[in-house]
Amino acid sequence: MRTWRQIGLAALAVTTLSGPLQAADIVIGIRSEPSSIDPYFHNLGPNNAMLGHIFDRLNDWTPKMDKMFGRAASSWKAINDTTWEFKLKKGIKFHDGSDLTADDVLFSYDRAANYTGGNSSFRTYTKGKTLKKIDDYTIHIMTEKPYPLMPNDTTTVMIMSSEAKGTGGKNKGISAKDFNNGTAAIGSGPYKFVEWKKGDRIVLEKFDGYKGPVAQPWDKITFKFIKSEPARVAALMAGDVDAIDNVPTSDVERLKKNPKISLSSGVSNRVIYLHMDQFRDSSPFVTTKDGKPMNKNPLKNPKVRKALSMMINRKAIVERVMEGIAIPAGQLLPEGFFGRSGKMQAEKFDPKGAKKLLKEAGWGDGFGLTIHGPNDRYINDAKICEAIGQMLSAQGIPTKVVTMPKNVFFKRASKGAEGGLPEFSFVLVGWGSGTGEPSSPLKSLLATHDKSKGMGASNRGRHSDPRVNKVLNEALATVDDSKRGALLAKATEIAIGENTGIIPLHYQVNTWATRKGLKFDPRADERTTGYDYTPVK
Amino acid sequence: MTTAENNMESEEKGYEGVQTPLRRFLSDFCEAKLAVVGFFTILAIALVAIMAPFIAPTDPYDLATVSVLDSRLAPGEAMMNGTTAHLGTDGAGRDMVSAMIYGLRISLGVGIGSGLIAMLIGISFGLLSAYAGGKIDSIFMRIVDIQLSFPAILVALVLLVTLGKGVDKTIIALVVVQWAYYARTIRGTALVERRREYIESAVCLGLSKNRIMFRHLLPNCLAPMIVVGTMQIAHAISLEATLSFLGLGMPQTEPSLGRLISNGFEYILSGKYWISVYPGIALLVTIVSINLVGDRLRDVLNPRLQK
Amino acid sequence: MSVFIIRRLMQSALVVVIMSFIVFSGVFLVGDPVEILVSDDADQEEREMMIKSMGLDKPFLVQYGIFISKAIRGDLGDSFVFQEPALLLILDRMPATMELAVVALLIAIVFGIPLGVWAGLKPESLASKSIMTGSILGFSLPTFWVGIMMILLFAVVLGWLPSTGRGDVQIILGMPISVFSWDGFSHVLMPAVNLALFKLSMVIRLARAGTREVMHQDYIKFARAKGLKEQRIILVHVLKNILIPVVTVLGLEFGGLVAFSVVTETVFAWPGMGKLLIDSIGLLDRPIIVAYLMIIVFLFVLINLLVDICYSILDPRVRLQDIKS
Repeated sequence: MRTWRQIGLAALAVTTLSGPLQAADIVIGIRSEPSSIDPYFHNLGPNNAMLGHIFDRLNDWTPKMDKMFGRAASSWKAINDTTWEFKLKKGIKFHDGSDLTADDVLFSYDRAANYTGGNSSFRTYTKGKTLKKIDDYTIHIMTEKPYPLMPNDTTTVMIMSSEAKGTGGKNKGISAKDFNNGTAAIGSGPYKFVEWKKGDRIVLEKFDGYKGPVAQPWDKITFKFIKSEPARVAALMAGDVDAIDNVPTSDVERLKKNPKISLSSGVSNRVIYLHMDQFRDSSPFVTTKDGKPMNKNPLKNPKVRKALSMMINRKAIVERVMEGIAIPAGQLLPEGFFGRSGKMQAEKFDPKGAKKLLKEAGWGDGFGLTIHGPNDRYINDAKICEAIGQMLSAQGIPTKVVTMPKNVFFKRASKGAEGGLPEFSFVLVGWGSGTGEPSSPLKSLLATHDKSKGMGASNRGRHSDPRVNKVLNEALATVDDSKRGALLAKATEIAIGENTGIIPLHYQVNTWATRKGLKFDPRADERTTGYDYTPVK
Repeated sequence: MTTAENNMESEEKGYEGVQTPLRRFLSDFCEAKLAVVGFFTILAIALVAIMAPFIAPTDPYDLATVSVLDSRLAPGEAMMNGTTAHLGTDGAGRDMVSAMIYGLRISLGVGIGSGLIAMLIGISFGLLSAYAGGKIDSIFMRIVDIQLSFPAILVALVLLVTLGKGVDKTIIALVVVQWAYYARTIRGTALVERRREYIESAVCLGLSKNRIMFRHLLPNCLAPMIVVGTMQIAHAISLEATLSFLGLGMPQTEPSLGRLISNGFEYILSGKYWISVYPGIALLVTIVSINLVGDRLRDVLNPRLQK
Repeated sequence: MSVFIIRRLMQSALVVVIMSFIVFSGVFLVGDPVEILVSDDADQEEREMMIKSMGLDKPFLVQYGIFISKAIRGDLGDSFVFQEPALLLILDRMPATMELAVVALLIAIVFGIPLGVWAGLKPESLASKSIMTGSILGFSLPTFWVGIMMILLFAVVLGWLPSTGRGDVQIILGMPISVFSWDGFSHVLMPAVNLALFKLSMVIRLARAGTREVMHQDYIKFARAKGLKEQRIILVHVLKNILIPVVTVLGLEFGGLVAFSVVTETVFAWPGMGKLLIDSIGLLDRPIIVAYLMIIVFLFVLINLLVDICYSILDPRVRLQDIKS
């Protein structure tokens, strides 16, 4: 009896303690949990979003990714073709009270470049670059070739202290574990790490010594991980969380009508598109109309590819599948981004024109296809595949639809066939440009596949055109912004406009929801950041 | 886990065989009105499922005729081709009535198909085990024990992760998790039956082992198999739906009922209830009917309770 | 006796080894973890470094050998995603799952036994028929569907209970437990009821069947003849006799409860082992999947071994039979 009473009392005590949240606290329900607190462990969206609270980068993007601003850097310029100079802000403090200086930057870039044991490192951004300390607040970064994207690359690598007190001296040899339990999670960002309960939540606390450009609207930020889409929406509606990210398109309409909830959505840097097999004469999933194998591959013909693109009713996909939460795409990045072509629009839905084009190409009778796509990677990915299957089937290209979880899909799409070649003939995928301009998708998706040069790494259709390669390489070595922009636009025009090397479908639009009284500035990089939520009156 | 309970009862008590004539059985069965209702419901559902291509207003699996432009229509609205979607349409533009009829077909097909295959395998192993005895028996039963000690949901989950999607793969996974129930049940019954006089006299008559096993032993072990079978089929249908919910099982263009529900799950908060509620009801009615019949069958066929 | 135990131990060890091979090769066949974890921007070189650091460049049998040699020392490998020991990650989540399962079990017993006894005592009454039909409904309803409906009703429409997640955790007797605070209790209620439904139906049926059998026994008739009060008969004689099978079955089924929490944890975002498994399948975190399954294998083999040994102590014939074969 007595023990029960004690338990009861304990329960009461806890209830009173955990009372209502203070006004300056926020609880955010997010879909994806980061895999580590170590800033160089895993170059992954959720990690980069979360760790941006704790660690500064030299530069960062505004939410719309149209402007770069210095976080640790006060200014930057190219002093010659291969050297960039970065000046650091003075007086930046780490969470343990020490100053951020050039040594910390050098240490951080070194740790990022030589990181072992992590998943997907930041080496892509540090490769071929040498850092030199000029004085405590000046750094030179030397590149092997002229490298215009240097400032863009500095928006990725985070800066940690070279001698965090928590680990007792030099930070050499510390591992992800030291970060995950908090001892080494010491940055100079606006928020301090408090705790990480795996599978449940991460708690951050305002850093009082922060004087940088990032806002600190909250005293305490709690991220709760709610992977299931309906559960996340339900948590918001039930008031368990103040805000959620990745609002499913199917709930947008209803949440809009809810007076207690406000929504904000913004176009992302991610384009959803189709790859087509352009390297095999007999493609495994291109068949005759009744499903028999063929020894000819119509997808090698640019006219056929163009015709397929014209058969897709992008407006219908956006309106009916995405419930209006997407923008039809004609190239690699949506409006407002650097290096876009001004000439290219989303392909118009034109069944008659497509038929004519197919006839011209000698495929007037059509052929059979299978579209492959993931079902848990992009917004409504499986439904988009199905809609495309419907549209092509209705227009004389009988199309089967096969979708699978991303963990199986990507392996097969990239190297499922013999010899490590892509297995499928017609796949739906997406690409988000972390650097905020089209050189990364052009390099990875449309340049000729060449392992040694690091080109075409994700070119799953193996589109190949020497003209594209040439213009792209020229662009990659051009420091002058306006010239480079024009070259990137030109490469896009050839690869997509003339060749239809890929079929862009739409730009993903992400939606965040908050309870009334909060506002979120939607981010094009799809990150959910606590400091971009602000209270409104 | 109904089945575990089943097995327990059947093992503990041991079926003594059915001596009641068919008529007695029928009248016993019909005493429970709900079970009768269940039986006729199953009959109706099965008929609808078999006749699907003739009954369904549209073919929901023909991509050329389904259009996203019809997606998410509320019940009663007209589709582009003029047909009225009486129960609305789903996220891909399939008419719900047609999709449910076809989905029922797949759910029932997968449930019954896997049940029958599992029963066949289970009967073979169980009978062999009971008849052979000794080492074979102990090895088989050890395998069965191990298999049964793992939760069905986990085994099926891992299997489907490995195998991928499709009707065939789902059936394989369901057979793997089910066969052992049948094997154990029939072995238990057969062991009891084997000691009976009619088997002993058959042995004395010098009949061949196969003949004794399949002509004499098997028919007398069927009663518990029927009970386990009905319950297992209900279980298989429900398991398939659960696996579909977890993102495994049926391909998306040919949805089973479970898949339809999980597709509709994402629309439920936005008020488009019909996409998951109606298939949910269909699934429920199916499973409940089968279980009602199974439950009654167990009561009727279990002689211990007939007092 | 010891011969029997040694034999069974060896058999169990063999089962664990065989299962480890099946599990490892099964999981090995699926997908490519590198493709999941790698960032879009990474080039070929980067991908190959990852393959190497995960040990995926080695042939299958070598990988299996490494796994086994480590497993013997109690190391089931490091998670690909978190790069921390898989075993620790799972054990970290275990209390949450156990708490959920125990609460569900309690719900099943506390509600199941009285309902079942009632149904057994008055089999022809309307109430008892409703209870039995209800129990059929209980194991016909797909768990995930009920969970969704519960969230919709109690969290969204009525707003009585929190929709998902686990409440505040306190350390009680060295275990992180949430159920003793109101916040924790309100969080655990829905998932526990959801998970309990199936077992509840089962307990009802077992209790009813038990009661019906017991009521026909002579000692009950005798007790009645002696003029004992009906209450006493039920509370002492009936309950005592039906508790044994119910407890035995529930004990054996506890593992099933833990396994089935995979579904409930997914629906209610309960941070337990099951959710970790589903998340790990999505991310293709092979070491965690393998470790989880190995823990389950181990657990079940252990339960079976204990049951066998108990039986053999209680019934020497089992022992003899085993030695003969």
